[in-house]
Amino acid sequence: MSDRRVMLITGTRKGIGQHLAEHYAARDFEVVGCSRAAPEWTLEHYEHFRVDVSDEAGVKEMFSQVRRRHGRVDVLVNNAGIASMNHVVLTPLKTVRDIYATNVFGTFLFCREAARLMSADKRGGRIVNFATVATPLNLEGEAIYASSKAAVESLTRVLARELAPFGITVNAVGPTPVATDLIRSVPQEKIEALLARQALRRLGEMRDITNVIDFFIREESDFVTGQIVYLGGV
Amino acid sequence: MAATPEQIRECVLRAIDEYNASEERPIPRSLDTVLLGAGGAVDSLGLVRLVMAVERRVEDDLGVPVSLTDEKAMSQRTSPFRTTGTLAEYIASCLAARP
Repeated sequence: MSDRRVMLITGTRKGIGQHLAEHYAARDFEVVGCSRAAPEWTLEHYEHFRVDVSDEAGVKEMFSQVRRRHGRVDVLVNNAGIASMNHVVLTPLKTVRDIYATNVFGTFLFCREAARLMSADKRGGRIVNFATVATPLNLEGEAIYASSKAAVESLTRVLARELAPFGITVNAVGPTPVATDLIRSVPQEKIEALLARQALRRLGEMRDITNVIDFFIREESDFVTGQIVYLGGV
Repeated sequence: MAATPEQIRECVLRAIDEYNASEERPIPRSLDTVLLGAGGAVDSLGLVRLVMAVERRVEDDLGVPVSLTDEKAMSQRTSPFRTTGTLAEYIASCLAARP
């Protein structure tokens, strides 16, 4: 087993997740990532699992293998997320189920399994979930996405209390729109209108997100838990 | 090869050892120890810690992952977490039900 700390990141095939994998594999972490499909890239100090984050049996099997190979997980970053922009009266129930399955059930499953592993370790652990500015901004057209992330925020705050006795902190970063596939289908005027509601009016960048995660997982942040940090001054 | 009742009981006892090594309020090392309710050896957080220790021990010693907090456990008329002995019996039933 390596001396490097072990970070588990969900949704690493592309976008923010891929960037996080590259960022932390280059910074003394052994990174374990996952997505439903295999990525088209490889990386030193990176290992990929093909798993649907809402598939309980698959997630448990993944953690079982991580435990056998690494014996620990120091940091969990629940990045996997999907969105669908639509007016509520035009939203099929299947879309709601799919978004909640990935964003809420997936986050829950990974938090639960990671907490089981981290709680066995005297060093505890760090969990970072993904919120969104769409929740506090109550964005029209994003009822399902925003509400699923509201559930993630609530989960973050309650888990922070439940897992505190085990030395595990649970926080969330709430990005503004970042130029990824997630917002590719959102009309430009919608993005402009959204940016106008931020104190700092620009698209988010990867470094904005890693900066907050770096803060949550640094050793000195062991007294920081249950916090949701929104970017862009929302 | 299926785990024997003795192997399962040994897992529970070893999990108690693991638990006691880090907890201020030790659990008596026996299969008659009452865990929950009046005179119970653990509080709710202690039960969480013990169950996780038992799950780890079963996976490490018997090579099979087991989840003791599924819907089946929660719907039992008599809680499988009542005593260390009932916990061992419940593990045996979970392992026996594996495909």
